[in-house]
Amino acid sequence: MTRKPVDGARYWRANLRILGNLLLIWLFTAFGLGILLVEVLNRFHVAGFPLGFWFAQQGAIYIFIVLIFVYARWMDRIDKRFYGD
Amino acid sequence: MSILVWTYLIVGFTFALYIGIAFFSRVRSTSGFYVAGQGVSPVANGMATGADWMSAASFISMAGLISFMGYTGAIYLIGWTGGYVLLALLLAPYLRKYGKYTVPEFVGERYYSQTARLVAVFCAIFISFTYVAGQMRGVGVVFSRFLEVDVNTGVIGGMALVFLYATLGGMRGITYTQVAQYIVLIVAYLIPAAAISWKMTGNPIPQFGFGSRISDGPHAGMYLLQAIDAIHRDLGLPEYTAAFVSGKKAMIDVIAITMALMVGTAGLPHVLIRFYTVPSARAARWSAMWALVFIGLLYTTAPAVATFARVNMIQTLHGARYAEAPPWFKNWEKTGLIRFADRDGDGIITYSGDAARNELEVDRDIMVLANPEIARLPAWVVALVAAGGLAAALSTAAGLLLVISSSISHDVVKSMLRPGMSERQELGVARWTAGAAVLVAGYFGIHPPGFVAQVVAFAFGLAAASFFPILVLGVFSARTTKQGAIAGMLSGILFTAAYIIYFRFFDRGAGADDWLLGISPEGIGSVGMLLNFAVTGVVSWLTPPPPPHVQALVEEIRLPHRPEAA
Repeated sequence: MTRKPVDGARYWRANLRILGNLLLIWLFTAFGLGILLVEVLNRFHVAGFPLGFWFAQQGAIYIFIVLIFVYARWMDRIDKRFYGD
Repeated sequence: MSILVWTYLIVGFTFALYIGIAFFSRVRSTSGFYVAGQGVSPVANGMATGADWMSAASFISMAGLISFMGYTGAIYLIGWTGGYVLLALLLAPYLRKYGKYTVPEFVGERYYSQTARLVAVFCAIFISFTYVAGQMRGVGVVFSRFLEVDVNTGVIGGMALVFLYATLGGMRGITYTQVAQYIVLIVAYLIPAAAISWKMTGNPIPQFGFGSRISDGPHAGMYLLQAIDAIHRDLGLPEYTAAFVSGKKAMIDVIAITMALMVGTAGLPHVLIRFYTVPSARAARWSAMWALVFIGLLYTTAPAVATFARVNMIQTLHGARYAEAPPWFKNWEKTGLIRFADRDGDGIITYSGDAARNELEVDRDIMVLANPEIARLPAWVVALVAAGGLAAALSTAAGLLLVISSSISHDVVKSMLRPGMSERQELGVARWTAGAAVLVAGYFGIHPPGFVAQVVAFAFGLAAASFFPILVLGVFSARTTKQGAIAGMLSGILFTAAYIIYFRFFDRGAGADDWLLGISPEGIGSVGMLLNFAVTGVVSWLTPPPPPHVQALVEEIRLPHRPEAA
């Protein structure tokens, strides 16, 4: 079976782009929302939660799950674009 | 039925289940023994990873630690979940694409060096033994409290079980018992959490109950977190939800520890190796997501449990008459994990942030185990928690033992000592080393070295400072050389080890002022990691580039595996 050769360099660049963006969000979630900004965010409340405390003990985990979901989904699409089904 | 009878029933049932699974997943090939034949589905591997990763520490200790730390407990919550983002994005798909059996094997081939492989073997074994000793101890504690047998009998029982399914089924047996163990442990964690949440706040979902109002008692109508802050103020303790106030860790240290735990998680060999068992790089990405979903279920529940337990414990004990203390208090007092000293002789338990007035010492480890009793849940729930604790400890122990066994049989014996060995012989060696590793682990469980607790920080620091940087660079920078990787690993390990050993064993009285930049030994792995990255980068730049076949290997692992496109 012959297929057109996959352009590995372009595939890799596409991967790095999505990966870099998601890692920035990861960094901001873990260290921004959960630690550096926690005292500022604690001035706001959602139900019984001070917001910074909520991010540190709940929200960050949900965001991490979403980040991996988005990555896996996006890479599936990139794989499809480069390799077909 | 009593708690004891229930515990024997439930624990007996789960053990029978694990043995049954082990029997049905016996293996006859090294591929089956090391990587379960690479046919595990992403969801099943996600569950197995959850059980593999969540140890006695996550199940038994974490909520207790958080309940004493308040906000600062976030170091565990963020640190031990955020690492999965790094795993999914930076490591899991590429290690799977590489497709061989162990982490040291990847290191050896990517860095075209048996020396690098040997350093990696040493780190993998050290990290795993450190960890496994703690698991065996956890098994012993659960046995002694709930099954009322001697701790040593408990350790031997746990050892026999792990021995059976690790030597019979290798990774395949471990994978499917871990799936069952995940289900046992998560059910055991969620049922009491939901019951307590419902009792205290009227909302059965702990993640919401945690932010709801208390339904009765002296603080009825107040938000739970407001109430606990108020209780803490009254007792002279720092507010539970406050972040960097005095009496809690400083911001820089929180950042360093969180980073070390995240990167350490992504560098732990027994976690990495789980991603070798799925069919493709694509499956590895999805599997990492499922793993975090399954782990997140426990990790978002834990801080709620921590808060409920804290409020419950203080309300039940503070100001109560010692003579009328509830039965669970007396039970745990016997184990020495709760201590009451009546300083003022009034027969009343006083809990206080002021060390001179405080009369109650509670070991952090018992909060989860005692919680169902404190909340007066039925006996079968208490028994279920015991089975859950055992599932968490055994599943992690098995994963670690496999890393030890495969490092020795595959990376040392097969690759360095007896390269001509047949597959059948290698499988035999793998079974023997797995068996021997169980015995050594059991020995440490019965005779725990006094420093088990201290060296846990070591395992994470070492994983962060040794494996993570060179694995990431191995994939993302084809220019990284063997000299760079070896120099980087060694400088990362030596720096981290020296710092931890110095502050843990020689200068134990040292505080934040003596630490480098105010970073505690728990967090120093993140500095070791940065050092490793820097040294690896600079030395690689100064040494000749890797040979063409290694650069080709890097190119290849970056692209996902598509059999039909080959």
